[in-house]
Amino acid sequence: MENRLRVLRATRGWSQADLGERLEVSRQSVNAIETGKYDPSLPLAFRIAELFDLPIEEVFVSPARRASKAI
Amino acid sequence: MTHSVAWKRYNIRVIWLSLLYGLFLIGAVYGIKHHLLGGVLAYVAAILPALPIIAIFGAIGRYLVEEPDEYVRMLMVRQTLWASGLALSLATIWGFLESFDLVGHIDAYYIAVVWFFGLGLGACINRVTLGAPVCC
Repeated sequence: MENRLRVLRATRGWSQADLGERLEVSRQSVNAIETGKYDPSLPLAFRIAELFDLPIEEVFVSPARRASKAI
Repeated sequence: MTHSVAWKRYNIRVIWLSLLYGLFLIGAVYGIKHHLLGGVLAYVAAILPALPIIAIFGAIGRYLVEEPDEYVRMLMVRQTLWASGLALSLATIWGFLESFDLVGHIDAYYIAVVWFFGLGLGACINRVTLGAPVCC
C-alpha cells in the first residue's frame, strides 16, 4: 500500500530506527511499510497516523481510490 | 539490529531444548545398544528424544504469540508455512515412492529434519522476496 511515511518521517528528522522505537516495532518493520512491502494492521496504521497527528488517509493511500484515479 | 525479548526467549528455549535432545538421544542410543533397557523402559527411552523436538515446535508457536512486532511475526509465519509445505510435500512424495517399492525406507523422524531445513529455506525466501534479514 502506497504511503507518505518516508516523507513524514523526514520532516521530523527521524531515522527508521527512531520511528520504530516510537511505534514499538523494529526498524525493518518501518522499512517494509515505507517501501510498500508490508501493509500494517489497522491498529498499527492508526498508531502511525496518531503519531504524526494526521488522519489515517493522509498517511496511507487507499488502493481503491488510487485505482479509480488511474482510470 | 536489536532483537525483541520474545526472540531472545525463543533462542534460549531452543538452546536448552537442543541440549536436552542431545542428552536424551545419547542416553537412548547407549541404553538400547547395550541392552540396558527393555520392555516399557525401551519405549520410554526411544520416545524421550522426540519430546524436546516437539517442545521446539511449541517454542515456535509460543514465539509467534509473544512477538509484539507484527511484521517480524509475519516473517516467521511465512517461514513455518514454507517448512510445513516442504516437509509435507516431500513426505507425501516419498511415501508413494516407498509404497511402490521404488525407493528405500526412511525413518519418519526425518520429516522433522526436513521441516527445520524448510524453516531455513523460508528465511532465505523472506530475504530474497522481502529483503528481510535471515533471522528475525
